[in-house]
Amino acid sequence: MPPLLPSAALQPQGDSVSEQSTHPAAGARIILKDITKVYPGQQAPAVESFSMDIAPGELIMFVGPSGCGKTTTMKMINRIIEPSSGSITIDGEDVLSLNPNELRRRIGYVIQQIGLFPHMTIAENIAIVPKLLGWSKKRTHDRVEELLAVVELDPKMFASRYPRQLSGGQQQRVGVARALAADPPVMLMDEPFGATDPITREKLQSEFLRLQEKLSKTIVFVTHDFDEAVRMGDRIAVLSERSQIEQFDTPANILANPANAYVSQFVGRGAALKRLGLIPVTQADLGPAVASRGILDVRVGDSLRNALDSLVLSGGSPVAVLGHDGRAVGSIDIERIAAALGGDVLPESLAGARP
Amino acid sequence: MKRRITLDNSFFTQLGSFLSKRSADIATAASEHLLVVLVSLAIATIIGVGIGVLVWDRPLTRSLAIASAGVGLTIPSMALLALLIPLLGLGWPPTIVGLAFYALLPIIRNTVVGLQEVPAAVTESARGMGMGAVKTLFKVQLPMAWPVVLTGVRVSAQLTMGIAAIAAYVGGPGLGQMIFKGLSSLGSKNALNYAVVGTVGVIILALLLDAAFVAIRRFTTSRGLRV
Repeated sequence: MPPLLPSAALQPQGDSVSEQSTHPAAGARIILKDITKVYPGQQAPAVESFSMDIAPGELIMFVGPSGCGKTTTMKMINRIIEPSSGSITIDGEDVLSLNPNELRRRIGYVIQQIGLFPHMTIAENIAIVPKLLGWSKKRTHDRVEELLAVVELDPKMFASRYPRQLSGGQQQRVGVARALAADPPVMLMDEPFGATDPITREKLQSEFLRLQEKLSKTIVFVTHDFDEAVRMGDRIAVLSERSQIEQFDTPANILANPANAYVSQFVGRGAALKRLGLIPVTQADLGPAVASRGILDVRVGDSLRNALDSLVLSGGSPVAVLGHDGRAVGSIDIERIAAALGGDVLPESLAGARP
Repeated sequence: MKRRITLDNSFFTQLGSFLSKRSADIATAASEHLLVVLVSLAIATIIGVGIGVLVWDRPLTRSLAIASAGVGLTIPSMALLALLIPLLGLGWPPTIVGLAFYALLPIIRNTVVGLQEVPAAVTESARGMGMGAVKTLFKVQLPMAWPVVLTGVRVSAQLTMGIAAIAAYVGGPGLGQMIFKGLSSLGSKNALNYAVVGTVGVIILALLLDAAFVAIRRFTTSRGLRV
């Protein structure tokens, strides 16, 4: 057994991670190769020869029905579940030859039930991995305060509270902060926002996306909610039984060109609407500026889906697109939206129907 | 002419003078009683929590441990203490072993229940953050199970308080000696006084210890676990 090699290989990385509390560690490349998991006593594998190459800083969504093996696949990356065969590397390091505990301290882990420790304060919960890594008290304390601010919880108010004194959404924020504590290059998230109400979920999603823009971690995010996958993912892996990859592509490409019937069924109806949600208004060819009409106006930061929403209310007549300064920079109508999607909506008949 | 035991004024005056004359003896007996209970409880807690930790997630050994501790509890204390004499002689050793034996069941059972009540998500997130099994046990599982474990120790404390009185039968220390002395000398002047002081003393000690457990629970349970 050569135990020195992996731990020696691990050491410099651990140090560099711990020195970078001010500028976060960017993501690492994860390569999964022919990963298979067969549970003892079961004939069919839960995951069968799963291979994937994840670029540093990518947010990958695993989406599929429950029981398809998506969570099992994700949990093999931090070896909560040991693969039966195959190989996993993170930045070239063989994950299966590392000490699992040392490995996990370098991988952020967020689960749906959050799993905060109820007997510890919020600050103590966030400090778990830094403590395991032997950080000094001062550095841990500073990091906890920094992270609470990052997830928009006032450190003065929340640091000494206990999990049961927090709402579900606040607990989930703490869960994310705890996973980020030692600034791991890789994060694994198992339906992290699944247990929250729709409004809180949407808020947490957009907060997390904003965070990810700054941090660019490599993230594997498991969900059964295709809309969440479209909203969050850089790329989506649509998985079926035994974690077989039906399609692995960007949200826009999956919506525009589903690979097969299984993916189409998973995308569901309204694929065009979902695509519109991904495209900013500015990507369409805007028409001449029209007069502002209050709540019907669209802003440059909005998506084409927002624009369509306004158009439905305006009865189809073009609505104004406002710049950041609140001045009209153009207008948008149905044809222009359709053109942005590469669609074809019989402009004459629509124009004829208009007064 | 036989003297009748009557609970009239003369009884209380006699009891009063008994208490003042024998106060030192009573204090010694009471403190020995408390000590033997506490020592037995400490031993039973260490062994009981240990057994609980080993068996809680193994269905077969768990049932075995709880069932045998349950059967053990049905052995009459007098018989068990007598059976220990050939092995351990008289006095403190058989008393402590006997009491610890009876104290085991509630502690094992509550340790098992307490550990089972720790949500799987919590232990999984502990593992996911890179806490080893031992660290997870001592930093997460046992602290979370602690209020339940402590309730088991508290039940055991009440149980052993009473059984400790019977341990005087094997020469054990404590207030039981006063009770036995009174019962064996019925008819003598102080017989009733010995029996009453011993019995009431056990009750008072039990109440005090129970109150102490309320305080211990308060001070040793995380505020995050208090409901």
